[in-house]
Amino acid sequence: MATGMEGIADFFRWLNDAHGVNLSIFYDALDRSRFLEGLWTTIELSIICILLSLAIGILGAWFQGSRFGPVRRIVQAYIQFFRNTPPLVQLFFFYFAVGNQLPHVLDEHGMLVPPISNVGWAILSLSLFAGAFNVEIFRAGIEAVPRAMVEAAESLGYSRLGVFWHVLLPLAFRVSLPALNNNLVNLVKTTTLAYAIAVPELLYAAAQIWSEVLNVREMMNVLLVTYVALIAVLVALMGRWERALHIPGYNP
Amino acid sequence: MTPLPVLLTPGRAALCRSAGYGLRGLLGGNTLAVVLAAFCFSILAGEARAEASAAGLLGVLALLLKWAPLIFQGFLFNLLVSVLSMLAGTVLGLWLGLGRVSQFAALRRASSAVIQFFRNAPWLVLLFYCMFLLPFSVTLPFATIPLPDAAKAVIGLSLPVMANVAEIVRGGVRSIPLEQWESGEALAFSRRQILWMVILPQCLRRMIPPWMNLYAILTMSTTLISVVGIQDSMTLARAALVAEGRTELFIPMYLMLLSWFFLYCYPIARWTTALERRFQVRI
Repeated sequence: MATGMEGIADFFRWLNDAHGVNLSIFYDALDRSRFLEGLWTTIELSIICILLSLAIGILGAWFQGSRFGPVRRIVQAYIQFFRNTPPLVQLFFFYFAVGNQLPHVLDEHGMLVPPISNVGWAILSLSLFAGAFNVEIFRAGIEAVPRAMVEAAESLGYSRLGVFWHVLLPLAFRVSLPALNNNLVNLVKTTTLAYAIAVPELLYAAAQIWSEVLNVREMMNVLLVTYVALIAVLVALMGRWERALHIPGYNP
Repeated sequence: MTPLPVLLTPGRAALCRSAGYGLRGLLGGNTLAVVLAAFCFSILAGEARAEASAAGLLGVLALLLKWAPLIFQGFLFNLLVSVLSMLAGTVLGLWLGLGRVSQFAALRRASSAVIQFFRNAPWLVLLFYCMFLLPFSVTLPFATIPLPDAAKAVIGLSLPVMANVAEIVRGGVRSIPLEQWESGEALAFSRRQILWMVILPQCLRRMIPPWMNLYAILTMSTTLISVVGIQDSMTLARAALVAEGRTELFIPMYLMLLSWFFLYCYPIARWTTALERRFQVRI
């Protein structure tokens, strides 16, 4: 194993010496660890944001079916606002504007730090952005569930929450999966925005490497290939999930 | 669908009801009201803090008004970039999309690969790619064309637009029933004639709503150019905030910028849904 790794490192060292293609992440331990940490941060950021945005989507879809007009209107305002403004400005609004107004707190070293770190703001902002789309997607899914299903569940004595959780959501979820798939892919792509507030994700790590090693061309290509591969993995997982959730005979 | 006296969730009926397409609906009345309320509140809070800290300073509203024209110029630049990228992306994407539905398997596969690649790559990474790797000038046999940063940014943004337009073209062409092709052939049209004179005019109408949607997304993405160091509304807003160094200005300033984008993009979104609905009926 060790010799295999060495062989790979030697090959890329030779590639650099002989052809000037400098892929330092394959032979330099520091660059490799930075790159892998960046990759891991991107994956973590994506997973947390996906889960949070799904929760926002479900909650928003529930509130959109609310009896109270103001609640529905607030959800609608939230969706329209986050869908129709640039995610980058949203991120800056949260990080620089809102984050600045919050009182700073003492950390364990006795330093005054903002209560929410840049990673925290990135997670919050990206989840709210993707969540707005998810609410719409789930709502469309819920509308696609035949009324008769709800009526049948109500006649069986389900409560409003019971109907939503046990009947509407499972069926709507399956209808929404293709659209959801698209949105989650978009979310993973949008995590690159966190670069702008110095979250050490993949793009940030790559930028650090290329500004030190001066291998912009190589790192750019590595970056593109990595993102395309990441998204291919996500699409494959979602496809598998879609098949696993498929109910034979239920084709909306 | 029997009208049984079943207690239906009243919210569901309201969901199907569409808001009007009057000015209020088009400008996103509710959302705008919420944003405006937040905006006014942040200004008032800022004024209160400014008064408490030091007398004689310019108020928050006055500061905003002072910087608004400059930032609005940046906003117009964002719109210019969006229009140029959309034009370039549409022209390129049309050809790419036609390649995707070509009868030559190799061309089809190659276009498909290009589309998949550019659709899956993050916009910001593509933008970085173009900013760093495109040369400063292009030397042609007859002339040397300089390539300023803004031009590179337009190219960088038009690449994902191109791939998405190609998908829209493919979807549009696919949505036309095969019989249209067959009847065209029966009338002895060549393939090119069928495509340009029979198929494309029909699917153009179906392609407009997703195309407009893409334009709204692109407009919002133009703020990315500030990350790669081009002076747009975001850069100017941040510079203004740094120049003033007043924390109470932060929230109103960003809310102002957000509302400009909202006022531009929301009507497009509403119009898109309206067109979608109208075209759906006619099909």
